[in-house]
Amino acid sequence: MRNAYPVRAPNLASRVLNGEAIIMNPADSTLFTLNETATVIWLAADGTRTLREIVETEVCTQFEVDPETAILEAEEFAASLAGHSILRFAAGTKGQE
Amino acid sequence: MVDATFPVNILIGGTPVRVVSSDEVFARMIAGQYAGFTAAEAGEAVEVDVTLTDASLPFDGDADEDLAVHNESGIWIMRRGDFSARYDPVRRSCTVRQNANRYSIDSVIRIIHTLTLAPGHGFLLHAASAIRAGRALILAGPSGAGKTTMASLAPRDVRLLSDEVSYIRKCGSGFTASGTPFTGELGRAGENVSAPVAALYFLHHAAENRIERLADAEAARLLMRNILFFACDPGLVSRVFDLACEFISAVPASRLFFVPDERIWERIR
Repeated sequence: MRNAYPVRAPNLASRVLNGEAIIMNPADSTLFTLNETATVIWLAADGTRTLREIVETEVCTQFEVDPETAILEAEEFAASLAGHSILRFAAGTKGQE
Repeated sequence: MVDATFPVNILIGGTPVRVVSSDEVFARMIAGQYAGFTAAEAGEAVEVDVTLTDASLPFDGDADEDLAVHNESGIWIMRRGDFSARYDPVRRSCTVRQNANRYSIDSVIRIIHTLTLAPGHGFLLHAASAIRAGRALILAGPSGAGKTTMASLAPRDVRLLSDEVSYIRKCGSGFTASGTPFTGELGRAGENVSAPVAALYFLHHAAENRIERLADAEAARLLMRNILFFACDPGLVSRVFDLACEFISAVPASRLFFVPDERIWERIR
């Protein structure tokens, strides 16, 4: 998963309030709130960088975290969001699903 | 022969609704239900034309049918076990079929308000609200959280807006709360007045009085859970979500843990 390209699902409503994202799927009104670290990953998930790249260039530069621990937590977080269909993964070519 | 009609103009939160029926007794009941919120003139009101079915017979729908609100070619279709209605937001007209009871028309009026407010103005909130020293305090929570308890404990200098459903409208960079006739267990309509919203509290019964400030994202999530919105429409749901986030950015939100006695009002002045 760390070498896949995360991309936010379309048609979601989201806002960042004081550094923490709240995301809603308008189709069923389900709501998710993210902590600051998860919000950084969420905002960077545009399909152009792998999860590893996002953690290295965004998370590790903004938060004092061990890189390998950060990767593992990011994988867990990304899998959780993917399970709720609000994050998708593109494998291979950058920017493509 | 001329068929008589009996209009009742209802003005809640500055949004006029005119309920029209051909039954004088029903009209009087409606006027009594919304006492304090009726007006001689209603201007550009939403016209709600009520056709009463035979009160001695059960409504022709399934009595246990849950509320469903959906849009068909621009017309909002509302249906529940005790009524059916069609609301045209462009023509600002609504037709309702129901028995001569106060609960069905009350639901229709609440739904019309949510649909009227959602495109950009505000929302109805499952919350008690009150004005103190010119500032509105919102006390939100699901049934059993303590809305009616807090309303019943309010001291004399507090003007109650509602113990059940609060009317929130965007006003410049802030929000105002207005009184509503939508009552909970207290059974007493709010005052027909408005004030800028100063604080939002989510109610929790507790062994001691305590206030905990909420992070904005969590507050927005809790707020969304308490907004009354009935329509299955992703576009409007997104708009309500945006408004809820704007509200949280403008109004401090906290959890209010309280013991049910009057001392709690000393904490939320």
